[in-house]
Amino acid sequence: MTRARYRDALKHGAIWAFILVELAFFSIAGEYLSVSDKAFMDFDNMLLLLKQSAPIGIIALGMTIIMINGNIDLSVGATYALSAIVLLDSMTWPALQAMGDWAIPLAWGLALMTGAVLGAINGLIVWKTGVDAFIVTLGSMLGYRGLVFMINGEQPTSHLNWTLVDFAEAQFLGLHTATWFLLLTALALWLMMTRTVHGRNAYAIGNNREAAVNAGIRVGPHMMWNFVLIGFLAALSAVVFYSESGSVNPNDGMLFELWAVTAVVLGGTKLTGGYGSIISTLGGVIAIQLLRKGLGHIGAATETVNLVIGLILIAVLLLDRQLNRKGKEELKI
Amino acid sequence: MTGIIPVLRLEGIVKTFPGVRALDDVSFSVLPGEVHALMGENGAGKSTLMKVLGGIHQPDEGQILIGEEPTVMTSPMQAKAKGVVFIHQELSLADELSVAENIFLGELPLKRFGRVDWQKLYADTDAILNTLNVGFDARTRVGDLSIANQQMVEIGRALTVDPRAVIFDEPTASLTDAEKVVLFKVIADLQAKGVGIIYISHRMEEIFRITDRITVLRDGQYRGTLTTSQTNEDEVTQLMIGRSLDLSRNTSHHALGDVALEVRGLGCGALFQDVSFALRQGEVLGFYGLVGAGRTEIAETLFGLRTPSAGQILLNGEAVRISSPIDAIRHGISLVPEDRKNQGLVLGMNCRDNMTLPQVDDLTAGPFVSDGAEIAIFDQYRDKLDIRTPGWRQIVGNLSGGNQQKIVIGKWLSMRPQVLIVDEPTRGIDVGSKSEIHNLIRALAAQGYAVIVISSEMPEVLHVSDRIIAMFAGRVMREFTSDEVTEDNLIQAISGIGDGKVMKEPVSGQMHG
Repeated sequence: MTRARYRDALKHGAIWAFILVELAFFSIAGEYLSVSDKAFMDFDNMLLLLKQSAPIGIIALGMTIIMINGNIDLSVGATYALSAIVLLDSMTWPALQAMGDWAIPLAWGLALMTGAVLGAINGLIVWKTGVDAFIVTLGSMLGYRGLVFMINGEQPTSHLNWTLVDFAEAQFLGLHTATWFLLLTALALWLMMTRTVHGRNAYAIGNNREAAVNAGIRVGPHMMWNFVLIGFLAALSAVVFYSESGSVNPNDGMLFELWAVTAVVLGGTKLTGGYGSIISTLGGVIAIQLLRKGLGHIGAATETVNLVIGLILIAVLLLDRQLNRKGKEELKI
Repeated sequence: MTGIIPVLRLEGIVKTFPGVRALDDVSFSVLPGEVHALMGENGAGKSTLMKVLGGIHQPDEGQILIGEEPTVMTSPMQAKAKGVVFIHQELSLADELSVAENIFLGELPLKRFGRVDWQKLYADTDAILNTLNVGFDARTRVGDLSIANQQMVEIGRALTVDPRAVIFDEPTASLTDAEKVVLFKVIADLQAKGVGIIYISHRMEEIFRITDRITVLRDGQYRGTLTTSQTNEDEVTQLMIGRSLDLSRNTSHHALGDVALEVRGLGCGALFQDVSFALRQGEVLGFYGLVGAGRTEIAETLFGLRTPSAGQILLNGEAVRISSPIDAIRHGISLVPEDRKNQGLVLGMNCRDNMTLPQVDDLTAGPFVSDGAEIAIFDQYRDKLDIRTPGWRQIVGNLSGGNQQKIVIGKWLSMRPQVLIVDEPTRGIDVGSKSEIHNLIRALAAQGYAVIVISSEMPEVLHVSDRIIAMFAGRVMREFTSDEVTEDNLIQAISGIGDGKVMKEPVSGQMHG
């Protein structure tokens, strides 16, 4: 029992321990290797890190729920790009321009709705056809990206609204706007997954769908709601990021789905569903961003970053497997 | 005994896992040409002992001797090379491959440049199949075979080497009686060749039919070895659980209430037809029959998992339409399913969450689930059903089968159902917990619940039911009250045999389905 609890603590705490190791390593290595004379753990640097974690982070939080539920969503990168275009393009429409700064909430609303609708389309297909979410969202990933190119051509969509830029660059209690969105999303989703009926049922469906059906749980609507949610969150991520940058390239958001899955898995959520935690995903997101920043800090070439992250991901999963296998053996006595 | 060298000996095996002494000085041996049963409740250490033998676990103390040669086992593959072969309960076959490819999987005969020698492969396989006396050939796709024949393929795998000892782990779990006879013939043939057989099973009647000796483990300890011809079921059971199991006929009768559930002419395609019965409050109605007799399918239809093609379901006299489990639950029909782990429980969730799963919607305070309300329900049914768990946080997958089953039952009782359907109430549950579940079912009936029990174990059906419906090939053959039922007329009914005829082979004890 104590051993099981110890192992449990290790599993939940592992990602945070890993973050501490990263911090220590880059701080010490930075003393010798860094070209800048700023310390790695400089306060502003850390604040910036959180802000930079936000775009993929917000999506990864949504992906956690989707994966706990036993699905996956590969279309989030394309949803992200499409929502960004709606955000920036809509602000150039004469009707909205005439409204002055009131155009901003309207543009936000349109972009967020776009994401939710795209998610709903995914969810509806998964629910009504019973086709695997992997296949459905692989298709919609291509389809939504196709829409991006149809609307945009190869050109970027640009529109800078300075009120919006000011809002996006603002800091409240030291944290950037994007960081606030990341943390508040995490809080809301954590509450949803741990305290609400929907969260409970999402875990149950992911862990054993048949037993969930036999307990009278409506599997379809729960899955649908999660897809709407992740679409909304992909759009939220876009809205937060592009309010500041003001320009979308048609290829933006590519591979976001895989980075999100990476962060989720690094945080210990299982691909097979039924197990995982929002807070650990937040850890996974921060760990990846730390690694990118840290490698840059000690002067490693940017090309090496992906290689290192890939190796670490595999190492982490190997470790996880070992821990889990031990657990299974103990059960079978 | 003296003079004959055992083909296989395990001596003084000790194996500890963190916090548990799984095997404590266990010794066991098999003589050539002997069928030696290994018995014990779930958790007694049988599978750990076999894992030690197969090299999956290394013993902390003790040794393994093959013939007279001390051997360190490192893997099931190495064990096989030494002539010790395992035939597992779960089949591990590749459905899309041929029988031959499955039997020689991993050791296909090769020609030059790594090409498969198909001719030799098929010839060797057919030779093995001949000794097994089966009706299919080496080229058959395994997925097209019946479960029983797939098991023969699994046995065929063991015969690619000259085995000295073969371990059968619950081999009859999914076989019909006719198929069992074939299996026992194969075992007898192996026996005649001087192969030592270790036979792991819970089924007494098989044990007494084919084994020479019985070794019993309890709590990881060796409890003794009995000569089968000189012992009886009671003695073995007592050795296994430390007391004897009561499976006498149900004699307790209490007053019955109104008709809770009535089924008229219910049918579902080819699965079952024209099923009618009425179930009163306080009554336990048993369903008994062979594999494919349609018992589970009736339960699934009543629970909304299947759509009936004919007939009516009436609850308290009113016709209802049940098209999903949600409807069934709303009407107060609950199902404790046959396959607890895949259909009944969310194994990765804790005890409390499993128990409140169907009603968590109603346990909210504001937007959130109320912890207190949930724990109150869990505590109530933990005490009521005597569920042994360290606390509600315990993950259900870590509980014993008996306690898991009580969680499922508690889940439905907390919904205050009108009708409780229990499909195979004690499947995979150890002997000690069986009688607890039986008593629980009787107690529920005494409290006025209307209960349907589907079971493949005749003693169980006879023990808990007030009335028994015998099914054969999707039809109700006969309905018995507990006064008029006998083992003989029940067997005749479920075999589709009319009055007067007697079965050739006396079947007693368990059926499965």
